[in-house]
This record gives sequence, C-alpha cells and structure tokens, in this order.
Amino acid sequence: MIEVHSLYKRFGLKTVLRNLDFQVQKGEFVALLGPNGAGKTTLLRILASLSRPSMGVVRIAGYPLPGQAAAVRRRLGVVSHLPLLYGDLSADENLRFYGRMYGVPNLPQRVSEVLELVGLASRRRDLVRTFSRGMQQRLAIGRAVLHDPEVMLFDEPHTGLDQDACSMLDQVLSEIAARGRTVVMTSHDLMRAADLASRFDVLSRGAIVASVPRTEMDPDQLLGFYRQAVTAP
Amino acid sequence: MTQDLSIPETTTVRGESALGAFLRAMWAVVWKDLAAEMRSRELLSAMLVFALLVILIFNFALELDAKTRSTVTSGVLWVTFTFAGTLGLNRSMAIEKDRGCLDGLLLAPVDRAAIYFGKVLGNLIFMLVVEMIVLPVYSLLYNTNLFHPGLLLVILLGSVGYVVVGTLLASMAVQTRTRDVLLPILLFPVVIPLVIAAVKGSAGFLQALEIPEIMPWLNLLIVYDVIFTAVAFMVFDYVVEE
Repeated sequence: MIEVHSLYKRFGLKTVLRNLDFQVQKGEFVALLGPNGAGKTTLLRILASLSRPSMGVVRIAGYPLPGQAAAVRRRLGVVSHLPLLYGDLSADENLRFYGRMYGVPNLPQRVSEVLELVGLASRRRDLVRTFSRGMQQRLAIGRAVLHDPEVMLFDEPHTGLDQDACSMLDQVLSEIAARGRTVVMTSHDLMRAADLASRFDVLSRGAIVASVPRTEMDPDQLLGFYRQAVTAP
Repeated sequence: MTQDLSIPETTTVRGESALGAFLRAMWAVVWKDLAAEMRSRELLSAMLVFALLVILIFNFALELDAKTRSTVTSGVLWVTFTFAGTLGLNRSMAIEKDRGCLDGLLLAPVDRAAIYFGKVLGNLIFMLVVEMIVLPVYSLLYNTNLFHPGLLLVILLGSVGYVVVGTLLASMAVQTRTRDVLLPILLFPVVIPLVIAAVKGSAGFLQALEIPEIMPWLNLLIVYDVIFTAVAFMVFDYVVEE
C-alpha cells in the first residue's frame, strides 16, 4: 500500500531523510518511532503530499508522488498534533466544509454518523474554539475518516491529551485498525504504540534503522528494542 | 463506539466533472471564510476601523478647496484601500495557519488553484464590503460625490488585482515567522503599477476627464489583473508546497 525507495529530503544544506526505504502492506498498523529530529514528521508530510521529496520514489495505493498527488490525497486521512479545524466554525460546519472539499456524498447523513462515532453529536452546534484539546482531537479524527480513506497517517496524535482523551483516541485508533485500514503512526509514547501497532519501525538519523513485527517481539521488550536501534552506530 | 466508519460503497462513486469539482471546492472555501467571519468579525472590523481612521485623519489634516479635493481624493482612497487590504490579507491567511488549517486545505483532493481562487474571492468580498462602507463616509466627510460608475469600475479592477497578488504573496509570507512584516514588503513593490493606474484612473473620473485620457490606465489595470491571475494560477501549487 505504501512504497518508499531511496528517499532523500533536503532543506537547504541539511539532509533530513537519506536513502530511506519503507514499505507498508495493506492493513498493517506501523508505529514509526524515533527521537526528535529523526525525520518522522518530514516522512509523514511527504507521504501526505504536503512536502515534495528531493529524490526517490514514493507510491501510495499504486499512485506515484508527487505526480498523482490528488489521487493519493483522496485515499489519505491525516491526523496531526494540530487539529486542522476552524475555531470559528461549529463541529458540524467544520465537517461539512471538509466533506464538500472531498466531495463526500450524502453529506448531512455522513456528518451525523461521524459526529456520533467520535462522541460529539451533542456538541455539533458548538464552536470548535470552545472545545477542549481532547474534543478537538476527536473531531480531527472525525475529519480524517469523513471520506473513508484507505490509508491513515497519524503524527503524534496523543500530544497534549489527558489520560481520558488518550484512551478515547486509542479506542478510535483500534477501531480504525480493525477495519483493515493501513495506518502509519509516529509516536514517542512506546506503551501506547505497543498496544496498537502490528509493526514497529525505528527512524533515526534520516533512515529506518530497525523494523520488527509485533508477532516476533514481546511488547514489553519494545523499549529495549528502541534503545538498541537508536544507539547503534 | 461500535458504529461502522465506512461510507457505503454504492455512494462513494460520484460522477462529477473536473470543472464541477473545482467550483465545488472554490465555493466551499468562500463559504467557510464568510461563515467564520460572520462569527468572529475580526477581519472586517480591523479593516473597517483602520480605513475609517485613515480617512478621518486625512480629513482633519488636509484643508482642501473643491479643486484640490478632486485631485487628492483618489490618492487618499487608494492609500486607505491598500493598507486596509494588507490587514485583511494577513489576517485571512493567519486563520489558515493558526490550527494547521492550511495543511487541511492542501490535503483535500482538489486542484489547489481552487483553494487559491476561493481565498481570492473571499478576500475580494471583504475588501469590497470595506470599500462600499468607506465611499459614502468619505463622500460625507469631504462633500464629494464618489458614486460615479467609472470610479466604481476602477475600484473593482484595482481591488481584483490587489487581492489576486496579495493572496498569493500572503500564502507565501504566512509560512514565515515574520509574516506580518513580510507581506507589505513583498506586496507593495509588486502592486506599484496597479496602484498608480488605479490612482490615475480614479482621478480621471473624479476630474471628469475624457474617456480616451483615462483608457490607458483602465487598460493597464485590466492587463495587470489578467497577467497576475494567470501567474498566480500557475505558481500557487509551488508556493504552498514545501
């Protein structure tokens, strides 16, 4: 579903991603782990077609980037630590706006379904700027699944959430994974990643330095695996 | 949390032409900007207060006889419109950046030019609203009739050019930390021909000059609008992509 070969990304003289190879099969839930500055967000922004690769091949669902970015974006749902929502619009209006941008059919019904799903149906008329951080993140997930994407990209979705909001988010993430969607999630929270993901990849110094399927490793050993991967020469 | 997340397969396919998708996305952006502004009134109120203050200050600063007034009016008007317009353009793009909404827009599977033209249309509406309020107030304060069809045409053409360039440069400036300062520095040199043509064209109509004397300025405004609309259409995608 996601294929990345020999990817380089440079910002001026700084090379953030170097010769990176990364594959994700359909239905896999990959936790992308790594220290700050490793290039996780840059990789996700390239996969989301928000950033152009300097060199290399990127394909999502068979469509090359940046050549067929619109076809890729139709199949993508993205959640980052920013909600990507308008504070002066209500929850309902935000979803209607994004629904129009994605050409979602039967929009009023779909918006109601999604608001129900993320537990915000009773607050649908409230302005997003009155929402707590956790509620905004739930609505951000609603926005991301509104057009029923095949691939979900989560960039540190737990950032700034309290324990209740994190649990709620985990529940939604599990449900998304259970639906057979392909998921890539960056995270610093190893415990949560261990509970959710079916594969763990470690990105360090601009390249994937280690990868292990959940079936081949006890989740309790994830911290050791991560430390070994990032400290290896 | 047991509800199915998916859209039923039979309803996901939608026969829509590329133009239809373009217009749908463009109107969605316009609707969003207008709806958000109706709630907050941040952008319009900032532009209006600034514009009214400027014409009030000029009114007290300049003691003008009727003849001088007709030559100065166009300059005062365009100073007011351009500076108030900069405030609006900055705010309009800052809203997109604040909660990462610009990324949300860019993630939509639509031609990015539709997003650009949606923003242009929204900004143009705000600018025209401010101008339609400023004109009668100016007429009252300066005892001058500004409701001349020719003058209104110049204001429309000038505003279109200003917003077309301004929206493009604002989407560039908003990516930087110094966006508030950067926009006027980028924008004013580029709009100098437009502002000169608009001032000269407006002055021509206010002084009741013959149409052949005004036409070169009107032509310049039209050519500027066409060229920069085409340029913005071609480069917007590159401006907003990292």
